[in-house]
Amino acid sequence: MLEQTAAENIEAKLNDEINTIGKSRSLWADAWHRLVQDKIAVSCLIIVGLYALVALLSGLGLIAADWSQEVGPSYAPPFENWDYILGTDLFGRSVLTKVIHGTQVAMSVGLVSSLIAIPIGVALGALAGYFGGWVDEVIVWFYTTVSSIPGIMLLMSIAFILGKGITTVYIALGLTSWVGLCRLIRGEVMKHKNREYVQAASAIGAGHPRKLIKHIIPNVTHIVIIFTSLQFQVAIKSEVILSYLGIGVSGQPSWGTMIDDAKLELAREVWWQLAGATVAMFVVVLAFNILGDALRDALDPKLKGKS
Amino acid sequence: MSNNWNYIIRRILYLIPVLLGVCFLVFILFNVTAGDPVLMLLGKHGSPEQAAALREQLGLNQSWFMQYVDVVKSAFTFDFGRSWSTKQEISSMIAHGAIPSLTLSLPAFFLSTVTSILFALLVAFYRGKGIDLFIRVTCIAMMSISSLVYILVFQYLLAYKWGLFEISGYEFGFPNFIYYVLLPIIIWVILSLGPDIRFYRTLILDEIYQDYVRTARAKGLTEKKILFKHVLRNAMIPIVTYTVVQLPFLLLGALLLESFFSIPGLGGMTINALNSSDFPVLKAITILSAIAYIVFTLIQDIIYTIVDPRVKLQ
Repeated sequence: MLEQTAAENIEAKLNDEINTIGKSRSLWADAWHRLVQDKIAVSCLIIVGLYALVALLSGLGLIAADWSQEVGPSYAPPFENWDYILGTDLFGRSVLTKVIHGTQVAMSVGLVSSLIAIPIGVALGALAGYFGGWVDEVIVWFYTTVSSIPGIMLLMSIAFILGKGITTVYIALGLTSWVGLCRLIRGEVMKHKNREYVQAASAIGAGHPRKLIKHIIPNVTHIVIIFTSLQFQVAIKSEVILSYLGIGVSGQPSWGTMIDDAKLELAREVWWQLAGATVAMFVVVLAFNILGDALRDALDPKLKGKS
Repeated sequence: MSNNWNYIIRRILYLIPVLLGVCFLVFILFNVTAGDPVLMLLGKHGSPEQAAALREQLGLNQSWFMQYVDVVKSAFTFDFGRSWSTKQEISSMIAHGAIPSLTLSLPAFFLSTVTSILFALLVAFYRGKGIDLFIRVTCIAMMSISSLVYILVFQYLLAYKWGLFEISGYEFGFPNFIYYVLLPIIIWVILSLGPDIRFYRTLILDEIYQDYVRTARAKGLTEKKILFKHVLRNAMIPIVTYTVVQLPFLLLGALLLESFFSIPGLGGMTINALNSSDFPVLKAITILSAIAYIVFTLIQDIIYTIVDPRVKLQ
């Protein structure tokens, strides 16, 4: 029985290989194939999907819309009543509902800050890498300047100037995180611009915009995907710091404000708000971390095994 | 060699446009977009005459260009004027705050670097085995918890509940300060283990797959000898250059740790300035940390050219 399964196994593998040789997969299909073979990566993808779903439902007002409602006594401990299974906060609001609303805040912070950072990073990086010369000098000077200021100082200054609120968190995180992406895209575009396929495109009369947008940029998008996965977890963690500094989300619960509340609550032995936000955050940040690594292995096999 | 000198000189000259750029960013942030600080300083009851006088005194009635020149001047002379909230000279505030910051950050940095490198060597030695996987997973898990949670929980459990450490505060002078910085140092080390072990592991593994390691193995050296005598020595180049760039950030201390444990260092000072809208202090800290970063990156580059002759510079 065992031998048979082993034999079947080998046969399946051989078939698989023959298939691969027969019709070669595209880069993306190949990467997807590698990714789904990694069971841990698939689990992470599912976790991220679930969080995104919760965030979406909360954003549409279908769940946790009543986070501001008083459902029980102040600081009721968890696991005592189904109405507030994770306990309540100072105002008797359900911690579970706040965690769910916090998911919406966290995911939107990751998404919007990526949507701000990606266009800046890709556009500047691609222009610098492709045109070289003075364009490159100016862009490199610009990002060297920005990256010379320690990230936390820049983040604090921008957030301070824009004032409290979730829009501030979006903009501050977006404007401070494009540099790494820009540097990577620039390097990659420099490598690609002299490749044969770009020369071929010039030979059939493609101009600069076409070569850059139609041919080169699609070949460097894998960097953007890896960046996004890592940017989500950086953004979610930074939101907590900004909340502590008093320049974060206001007027609605977020994981950051919940953790920040704990600095007064712990002395009164109230740990559930801290625990709820920390666990929710831990799971999704861990998933993004592992997913980022797995995506890099799948999309950029050269880097495999490094870190 | 003359080629190297050319490079170094050009690299030093490049500091100027970058520094001007930093000043420009600071100017845009605090002078142009931050709004009128006079209204904040005077509160609701200030008369227009008072506002005008204050504007004159702070140099805010000058043209944009002259205000930018002021920022640049401060970056080159280190004269940042006085704080708006404490009225002290900012340069002496910074000199005063640097000591507590360094008593926290220097030992913490040293300890965390040594521990991380040891762990990274261990992990590289047992690469691909259970212990490697275990440590790597632990690192990622540790990195997935907010640093604020570590600070909160450790301060609550170790200092508040069990009374093992001082809850917060600071005393100047040896050995009194030790009692106050001990717990922040422990938290710092724990916070940096995750990312640092991962980073150093990558550096060491990069070396392990080099040809000279295969040669060493082929001539029959033990794995231990290869790791410590050959790999570690070569990995020291990236390790040293990495640590050099981190040094300027030590001066800033750990913003969160200092403010949490009420250590009167530069980090805590920055957060106080943030809370009291003290623009000159924020500008000074931003400019100084940028200068430190630029200078240390330069030093890193120069070390690189000296230590590793394979690096060709243009």
